[in-house]
Amino acid sequence: MKLTSEDLRDLAVGAAFLGTGGGGNPYVGRLMAQQCLDEGLTIELIDPADVPDDALVIPTAMMGAPTVLVEKLPSGEEALNSFKSLEKHLGRKAFATMPIEIGGINSTIPLVVGARLGIPIVDADGMGRAFPELQMETFGVYGVPGSPMYVSDEDNDSTLIMAADNKSMEWLSRMVAIRMGGCAYIAEYSMSGADVKRTAVPNTMTLAMRIGRCLREAKANHQNPLDALIALMPQTLYHHARVIFSGKLVDVQRETRNGFAIGRARIDAFTPWKGTMQIEIQNENLIATVDGVVKAIVPDLICIMDSESAEPITTEELRYGQRVTVVAVAVPEIMRTPEALAVFGPRCFGFDQPFTPIESMA
Amino acid sequence: MRIGIDVGGTNTDAALMDGMTVKGACKTPTTSDVSTGISTVLKKVLSMTGVSVSEIKAVMIGTTHFTNAVVERKRLLEVAAIRLGLPATKGLPPMTDWPGDLATTLGRHIFMVRGGHEFDGREIAPLDEKEILRIAGEIRARGLKTASITSVFSPVTPIMEQRAAEILKNEVPDLSLSLSHEIGRVGFLERENATIMNACLADLSSRVVSSFHSALKELSIDAPFFISQNDGTLMTPDYVARYPVLTFASGPTNSMRGAALLAGESEAMVVDIGGTTSDVGMLMQGFPRESAVAVDIGGVRTNFRMPDVLAIGLGGGTIVRDEGMRIGPDSVGYEITSKALVFGGDTLTTTDIVVAAGLEDIGDRSRVAHIPARTVNNALDTMHRMVDEAVDRMKTSADPLPVILVGGGSILISRDLPSASKVIRPENASVANAIGAAIAQVGGEVDRIFSLEGTSRDVVLSAAKAEAAERSTNAGADPQSVKIVDIEEVPLAYLPGSATRIRVKAVGDLVMG
Repeated sequence: MKLTSEDLRDLAVGAAFLGTGGGGNPYVGRLMAQQCLDEGLTIELIDPADVPDDALVIPTAMMGAPTVLVEKLPSGEEALNSFKSLEKHLGRKAFATMPIEIGGINSTIPLVVGARLGIPIVDADGMGRAFPELQMETFGVYGVPGSPMYVSDEDNDSTLIMAADNKSMEWLSRMVAIRMGGCAYIAEYSMSGADVKRTAVPNTMTLAMRIGRCLREAKANHQNPLDALIALMPQTLYHHARVIFSGKLVDVQRETRNGFAIGRARIDAFTPWKGTMQIEIQNENLIATVDGVVKAIVPDLICIMDSESAEPITTEELRYGQRVTVVAVAVPEIMRTPEALAVFGPRCFGFDQPFTPIESMA
Repeated sequence: MRIGIDVGGTNTDAALMDGMTVKGACKTPTTSDVSTGISTVLKKVLSMTGVSVSEIKAVMIGTTHFTNAVVERKRLLEVAAIRLGLPATKGLPPMTDWPGDLATTLGRHIFMVRGGHEFDGREIAPLDEKEILRIAGEIRARGLKTASITSVFSPVTPIMEQRAAEILKNEVPDLSLSLSHEIGRVGFLERENATIMNACLADLSSRVVSSFHSALKELSIDAPFFISQNDGTLMTPDYVARYPVLTFASGPTNSMRGAALLAGESEAMVVDIGGTTSDVGMLMQGFPRESAVAVDIGGVRTNFRMPDVLAIGLGGGTIVRDEGMRIGPDSVGYEITSKALVFGGDTLTTTDIVVAAGLEDIGDRSRVAHIPARTVNNALDTMHRMVDEAVDRMKTSADPLPVILVGGGSILISRDLPSASKVIRPENASVANAIGAAIAQVGGEVDRIFSLEGTSRDVVLSAAKAEAAERSTNAGADPQSVKIVDIEEVPLAYLPGSATRIRVKAVGDLVMG
């Protein structure tokens, strides 16, 4: 499947939705991908089922602060350098690249790598949403090691990281990213086509595009975009979606703790909803409660949307007075197994509440 | 005494103020040379109040002239768009996401140079001064009169922009220069866009500022004059001549601040009801609450802070349907004087409803006598509900606030609103823009990323506050009156504990001679 400019715009909207408040605004990444199309390059998605079992796939991404990325724009070579360095290290040419994270800006970085190198981008990812740390990948959950990993900046600096486990890889590379100016570009979790089929969350790129298209078309046809979105999700692996609250944002608190941007948003109900919803944020929206009762919990998606425009609102854009609707979405089963929850379940973010699937909540 | 002037696309308004009291206000059509309209309106307001020129201590001007020039693609210069940041930023050259016609108007003279800084102040690369010299030669060869310079993280440290400007000024002495750190905040493309737009206005801005000068001179007004910017604070004429882009969107800000003064409220909701829409915004400490989203101007993405305004489809010409149950969102607009029932037309509008209800006497009331009382009541209920919901929507807490109604369509609202502690309909509301300009204060702002390594949050925060206060006094504020009006802190996500983005805004009263 070859992507068009319209696909890129839809993808950016869908990726912001799947970012559940985090992952960074995909705007800069979309412009870079658009630049590739303007130069006549092709951005080609490939279904994971069509990747040969023995083919090599090397995922690419950005890591660090999106706030830095929107100021220190990429040269466009960084992720390519990490990718090629890793190919060289492995002594093999890769068949394709792939996102590690569909939520936010990382949905767009592999598009530029694929277009520049003339290779396809696998329609899948390793998070199925956005997460703050590199070990929080279904790839790692099901046994693909993150290392060897390359981290590069715009000035041909690069670092090879060989870590004992994926958590150490995260820890070491984060410091490198800070030294590189707060934002760096990576290639990691190299794997076979067979491993892609076994460990990746499939078809999330096309899912993001479908979400973007659904919201766009509903608005154009004067339908309720949120209703259209809720109706779309059961046709996907994200099999259940519903509105869990609607109201006015009355308080946003932010602080930095243990290296996380921690926050809490409070939303006062509009009829027919009752009470106050509280959403706990650690870069992404993690738990939504109403008067102490859990309504949705990580890794299920909790998306805060503008009630009028149905635009997803990022954590950094949350402001007093916004009219918002909160949508919760079930993630695919591959992200809800005990092994997966051990790596990115509620406990990994310091919450005592157990994971309860959104479709079994009252 | 001071005079506020609003130069709009259609009208030039003036308000003469004694302290916080409106002595007189009037309107005249805007003229193409700007200055004739200004001197006409000045003469008018002086003669109607009987105030002598020597009593005028300051003149404040708000204008949409520069915004209109960009929107209309007229009177713009070709620009040398210089970027300091290579090898970073190469992936997205200047003017990447611009409308093609505007980029072409500006000539697409793009230069990318090694340089720029990291968020913590380290250099990405040393400034390539030889390349700047070469660009100076290109600028001369291409006959360009204006240049923009944007360096990565210049809001953290502006030295490379300043050094590049120094070199260019030496080589091309009459080149006008726009430096990004004086214009925008963190967010590279948006700041660069604003800086390029600023540069293309260089010629127009010096002409407009000198026409302001000549209008005042013609009337022998030698009091200093100022021009209002986006956030409702003032700039000196010299500053505007260099940074005209900072006047973009000053109109809505002045209007809301004028309404605040007229109503005597600094914490309130403002509803500006026109012919087609109602704009609802919120005043906090006398300033409009600002919107967080990126705004397009003439199709170009910028990160100017604009008042957060909600527009709803309710105005004096809005069409009434379904026995008054459904109102708008469409309106007969400027055709109200031929289409509304009371003016002999055949369309039931909101204005017809208030005439039928006996609340206003406009046009021919016999033409609405047949409208059933039920329809009139339904429509009045619906209109009040629409405004009430919009007000509640824009509030930041459930506490009732005063609601200030301005604009020609404010006749639609005759009852109390449940979300309002009281409803205020001030006099002179039609010149709220000019009044807002007249009472504008002087501001200073800091918005950048602070590294927290080796220091503490408190130390960084008080340094930012002191810097914002100093900027406002440098811009002409009375140090005694300077207050910090806004503080915003956003830690950098995904960058453990090392940095935070802080924005502090200070304002104070203008020192008057």
